[in-house]
Amino acid sequence: MVVPHGGRLVDRVLKGDERQEALERVHLLPKLELSRDLAFEVENIATGVFSPLEGFLGREDLESVLDHGRLANDVPWTIPIVLDISEDVASSIRDELVLCYRGEPVAIMEVEEVYAYDRVGMALGVYGTTSEEHPGVLKVNGMKDLLVAGKVDLLNQVPSPFPKYKLSPKETRVLFELKGWRTVVGFQTRNVPHIGHEYVQKTALTFVDGLFINPVIGRKKPGDFKDEVIIAAYEALMENYYLRDTAVLAVLQMEMRYAGPREAVHHAIVRKNFGCTHFIVGRDHAGVGNFYPPYAAQEIFEDYPDIGIVPLFFRSFFYCRRCGGVVNEKVCPHGEEYRVSFSGTKLRRTLKGEAEEGGVLIRPEVEEVIRSYPEPFVEGR
Amino acid sequence: MDRTKEVKIPSSLYRAIEEKIEGSNFPSVSEFVTYAVRKALKELSGYREQLSEEEKEEIKDRLRALGYL
Repeated sequence: MVVPHGGRLVDRVLKGDERQEALERVHLLPKLELSRDLAFEVENIATGVFSPLEGFLGREDLESVLDHGRLANDVPWTIPIVLDISEDVASSIRDELVLCYRGEPVAIMEVEEVYAYDRVGMALGVYGTTSEEHPGVLKVNGMKDLLVAGKVDLLNQVPSPFPKYKLSPKETRVLFELKGWRTVVGFQTRNVPHIGHEYVQKTALTFVDGLFINPVIGRKKPGDFKDEVIIAAYEALMENYYLRDTAVLAVLQMEMRYAGPREAVHHAIVRKNFGCTHFIVGRDHAGVGNFYPPYAAQEIFEDYPDIGIVPLFFRSFFYCRRCGGVVNEKVCPHGEEYRVSFSGTKLRRTLKGEAEEGGVLIRPEVEEVIRSYPEPFVEGR
Repeated sequence: MDRTKEVKIPSSLYRAIEEKIEGSNFPSVSEFVTYAVRKALKELSGYREQLSEEEKEEIKDRLRALGYL
């Protein structure tokens, strides 16, 4: 089984007497209400999804992540996992802080450090821009003034809209072992599956034992597919077109940051912790608008020969009318006039009835499921 | 019993290590390889030791209940 990132799978989920003792002192401690995304971060730290992190980043690690894409101990890490607080909250906290979600305690944090940070530096370091057109920059600009660092111990799981598909890295590692998978390719997605996705997954699966389809559930930008639509669409696809013995679906509760190359590395590290040996990186992975060159998310892996998971790079697949099938630019000699691309935009237009490509873009069973939702997209501006 | 044993590594790798450790705290290629192997062994053993049989059985039960097995 692949070694977790940093050498050890973090497990800070309190159980038994230890949990009971912690719950008994919760009412004595200051509390901080978290957003759903931050509650997910806490759970991801405690269950080892973010191994080797044991808590929210301190200043030294944060600066190292922003400047070098590595933790202070040189382990690859590209996305700051931080907890922002106001000055009022900072003045009230002591050694421990109870992190709550919807009023319920989720974790106890050992407060190690409270520090100020530079929003511009964070935006540039992670997203490579300070433009508020970028949803990640917008989020950074809306963060509170201080960051609090420290280890977290999970008291209660964060409620999931998809409990059936919520697995921890410990569980996926046992699952892969029981299935006899020595090599597993992870597939990150925030979209319903079109036929291009299916071909990428199946091409990768040809060379490994198992496929781990791992949609991100959490905050997305307006226009993205809603989480429930993504899951229902994958259920339809897997039921009709995948072998049960070689493919597994589980959700990852984590917000999308749209940080392009840096987020691609983060996504790979997270899947390594789930037990994947390989990770699919496609065109404009985790990108948004035109902020990143189309293959920057593949090129960044050259800086991480020590990442410990094999990235599998794919160019775009498309349907070629002359080839009569799904191909890519490495194998198809025909011109643009024969090609139907699998862009998300085209898929959305097809689903809205504005284009007539349904048959070659998406499986009919998947299309039917999506169409059963009156409004399949995240709303807002 | 000998305190050390010989291990063969490709000559090209040996030369690459020699170049890399020049001016570093590693006095020889053997010291570097010993350090790297110890580190790798620690990482490998770190994960295997974590799950008890009882915990593994609990996970299996949950995976069965969820329909994964």
